[in-house]
Amino acid sequence: MTIYSIFIGPFVEYGFMRRALVASIALGLGSGPIGVLLMLRRMSLVGDAMSHAVLPGAAIGFLIAGGLSLPAMGLGGLIAGLSVAVLSGIVSRTTALKEDASFASFYLASLALGVLIVSLRGSNIDLLHVLFGTILAIDAEALYLVGGIASLTLAILAVVYRPLVAECFDPGFLRAVGGRGPLYHVLFLFLVVINLVAGFQALGTLMAVGMMMLPAVIAQLWARTLPVMVLIAATSAGFSGLAGLIISFHLGFASGPTIILTASLIYGVSLLIAPSGALRRLFPRPHLRG
Amino acid sequence: MHPRLPLAYDRLGGFFAMSIAALRFADVTVAYDRHPAVHHVSGSFEPGSLTAIAGPNGAGKSTLLKALMGELSLAEGSIDLGGMSIRDFGYLPQAAEIDRHFPLTVADTVVLGAWRETGAFGGVTRAVAAKVRQALSAVGLEGFERRQIGSLSAGQFQRVLFARLLLQDAKVIVLDEPFTAIDARTTRDLLEIVQRWHTERRTVIAVLHDFEQVRAHFPTTLLLAREAVVWGPTDIALAPENLLRARAMAENWDEGAPVCDVKKRARA
Repeated sequence: MTIYSIFIGPFVEYGFMRRALVASIALGLGSGPIGVLLMLRRMSLVGDAMSHAVLPGAAIGFLIAGGLSLPAMGLGGLIAGLSVAVLSGIVSRTTALKEDASFASFYLASLALGVLIVSLRGSNIDLLHVLFGTILAIDAEALYLVGGIASLTLAILAVVYRPLVAECFDPGFLRAVGGRGPLYHVLFLFLVVINLVAGFQALGTLMAVGMMMLPAVIAQLWARTLPVMVLIAATSAGFSGLAGLIISFHLGFASGPTIILTASLIYGVSLLIAPSGALRRLFPRPHLRG
Repeated sequence: MHPRLPLAYDRLGGFFAMSIAALRFADVTVAYDRHPAVHHVSGSFEPGSLTAIAGPNGAGKSTLLKALMGELSLAEGSIDLGGMSIRDFGYLPQAAEIDRHFPLTVADTVVLGAWRETGAFGGVTRAVAAKVRQALSAVGLEGFERRQIGSLSAGQFQRVLFARLLLQDAKVIVLDEPFTAIDARTTRDLLEIVQRWHTERRTVIAVLHDFEQVRAHFPTTLLLAREAVVWGPTDIALAPENLLRARAMAENWDEGAPVCDVKKRARA
């Protein structure tokens, strides 16, 4: 086996591998930075809840289109995800429940509803596809959707970077200077949902959030400044996609889980050796005197 | 109000300040879940005044500030901002409300104070960058621009927030427990800045719990124990009999929150 046949061959020979690679890199570019911001807002688990919330909408899209149609399921997912985000916001403002608690209750209902709807019509295989994705079955249409979402995400993030970061860091301040914080909060939730919809086809509702949170946590272990964190998150997500696809190709593993496990492996290694990781305390760093 | 006014306002000092109306509280009541945290507070912060809000724990001091900043809505009464908008206010929340480990540099944090100039999308001009440097040197953090805020001590971080307030150039400065868990030297330096704001005829309102600090630096005091015990000159407000009253009111809270009869008060 040559280096060519291991690393490059699969992508040259098979169109589905190329499309999967482009999709996972695009996913990483969009979801990685979003994940970093989610984590900094202490909303890491909200991403998880949101990804489940997408399910019933996708399932209704599946019913209406009569099969696995990405545009229909994506649109349904978008609507369902945004509704849950808005509903949770309303519930936390009008009742004693905190936002994460209302997210937790809504996503369980959504997950159950989604599985119910899919199993009404579809087969178990369809259910598996919805839950775990089919990254190797991505077609040109899906690729445009994923690429479009990644581009839109990066463009919006570039424009609203300052108010978004300010809202994250010190919401009270932004409110006092009339910075329209809630607007950016909603816009950010919108970005979370569309990125989950993008990850949905590739990794399914259960693992889409993996491309968001694992790279973000990896980034926090390595970097101390926000721009570097965003860069590391996007790179490690894209790299997990590449490495995961190569490994799954040669070993015959399922691609989606292999990609997420690759990211988890990077996370595990980072936990040990990264500057903010566990092993650093074994090596006392010299410090300046006085 | 014209945004360039603060300059004229500095030069003309007291005269100009007279023409700006006071911040008036009329019967302000703020409640959490219908449990009033602050009752029927009435009074005013005169333009250019330096007022401490003091009182026992749970007296509603921070609640009152949040109501002033519009973060909490009033159950009753009204607050008249004296013709200003909330954007003329600079607000320093309690240290615990800001994530000190957020990955931002000192300069990025301070430059937020120039929001009125940069807005959400505008670039940071050379003039703004120069102001950031000036503000940092005014708080004794020269050369800290590129440091991460996560690497600062609590005192240094408070200096950064004061630098941000300096950049805001606000007419009214509202500080919530600005010197809690801050070392003595930083407290002294920051109190100097507060004094400077006072001589610049800005209105300063600070929640404090150290009565010595209040006596030494704040001419006016609002002694709060869920309602205004006294609102006036500090030596009167912090007289022993008033402090005793405030403490007695604090101890009474345990016996179930009394429901206040609004109609009866209105008639009285």
